[in-house]
Amino acid sequence: MAYSKKVVEKFENTLNNPEAFKVGRFDPKDANVGTGMVGAPACGDVMKLQIKCEPKGNTHVIKDVKFKTYGCGSAIASSSELVEMLIGKTLEEAKAIKNVEIVEALELPPIKIHCSVLAEDSIRQAIEDYEAKQ
Amino acid sequence: MSTQSTIYLDYASTTPVDPRVASKMMEFLTPEGEFGNPASRSHRFGWKADEAVEEARSHVANLVNCDPREVVWTSGATEADNLAIKGVARFYKSKGNHIITSKIEHKAVLDPCRQLEREGFEVTYLDPDDKGVISPEAVKSAIKDSTVLVSIMHINNELGTLNDISKIGDVTRDKGIFFHVDAAQSTGKVNIDLEKMSVDLMSFSAHKTYGPKGVGALYVRRKPRVRLEALIHGGGHERGMRSGTLATHQIVGMGEAFRLASKEMEEDHKKISKYHEKFLDKVKEIDHVYINGDLNNKVPNILNVSFNFVEGESLIMGLKDIAVSSGSACTSASLEPSYVLRALGRKDELAHSSIRFSFGRFTSDDDVNNTLDILGNVVQRLRELSPLWEMHLDGIDLDTVEWNAH
Repeated sequence: MAYSKKVVEKFENTLNNPEAFKVGRFDPKDANVGTGMVGAPACGDVMKLQIKCEPKGNTHVIKDVKFKTYGCGSAIASSSELVEMLIGKTLEEAKAIKNVEIVEALELPPIKIHCSVLAEDSIRQAIEDYEAKQ
Repeated sequence: MSTQSTIYLDYASTTPVDPRVASKMMEFLTPEGEFGNPASRSHRFGWKADEAVEEARSHVANLVNCDPREVVWTSGATEADNLAIKGVARFYKSKGNHIITSKIEHKAVLDPCRQLEREGFEVTYLDPDDKGVISPEAVKSAIKDSTVLVSIMHINNELGTLNDISKIGDVTRDKGIFFHVDAAQSTGKVNIDLEKMSVDLMSFSAHKTYGPKGVGALYVRRKPRVRLEALIHGGGHERGMRSGTLATHQIVGMGEAFRLASKEMEEDHKKISKYHEKFLDKVKEIDHVYINGDLNNKVPNILNVSFNFVEGESLIMGLKDIAVSSGSACTSASLEPSYVLRALGRKDELAHSSIRFSFGRFTSDDDVNNTLDILGNVVQRLRELSPLWEMHLDGIDLDTVEWNAH
């Protein structure tokens, strides 16, 4: 299998230490929480990403993140990688995150690029959900 | 991670060469050994190699109860499938252009059929029932006046389910249609009696039965006679059906592996059935587990299981010290789940969640026990990571969710 060492490490760490790697859920009804869920079981991957934010100046900052992912090892590693990138970022900074950053960080092979696209879409959706609540 | 510490439960993909087979093969390679060209008629080297090849041929014939003259050496089951399907279709094309096969065949059968479609043949791909079985009735009702060949596998490589090739053979013989069977998964697992069955062509592989990779054979019936157009032309070896210098050591390996299979089939079967039983009992203790295939009609060396709410490839990655196969082909560019499971009508998510465990001659109690210890734990951890499991626990019916598919 064309997995990079980085994907394997990320996947195993997340699996063995889910709390430290932000696996879990926030109450989706919480006004400070934005939820994004993308993918479909029939396609083999579903990512659910939740951000908890608070206002800072004239923007909002991501204070904490939780996620759950159904999918291949690369999909799980991609979500976990994204989560790490998000904490402490403003919503503007988070929106600017591109899937290629995940591809590079995890050295994803071409056939796994869709995993990173899914991750990028999940943060978009989570931010939209959060902003709609404000 | 050394492969030595990894538990091997992927025997349906390939088996190690039995050490007894490997040592026999060694006798046909070096200057001290019988390295001659079996086609050399003018000296002892050739005669000795030829003798060894013919002995191996009789071992293969003996395992499946046919005449040794009906065995044609090939490079493997893929070549045997190609030779049977393309060879017969092209030879008899003036008689008809319709071929019947099934949706759960190995690619080595499906791809030659696709190629024949490009050449103007018409192919019917039969659906299996929900257990993965192709019924003789389904074959019968697909037959037309133009049908020349039926190709149905004996044991499905992903599920382990068995097709009743004896009954299908009765249907095709009755209609005067050639019947090819891909039996790559069968040798050493179930009894095959070609004298009793109306099968015209049958493909075999060495490396699924503790022989070496790179060699296989095609059974080509003599009475009633089956003729075929060769794929490889050259020195006219194998009565013109497959030219090329015979790979003596490979062939000797296949012969020895098949000889051992006739001798030890019962013993292997007993041991593997015990593991299958134990595995099944333990796996069933995990919630939301589905066995794919037909438990009442399958070989015990293959067990295909779907762990709902967990994706197969991630499960394989989680089971890092265990070598198994996934029905999900997420590793290929297609991102398609197993076409075999889909053909059974399994929902895509269950097809994505399937793992094939396959046991063999060298599987040990420890292999099975250790795998079972790890398996339940990894499934549980992955479910804790799975949004689908969370939704399921929340009482949400996943079929009613509108997914944001990619």
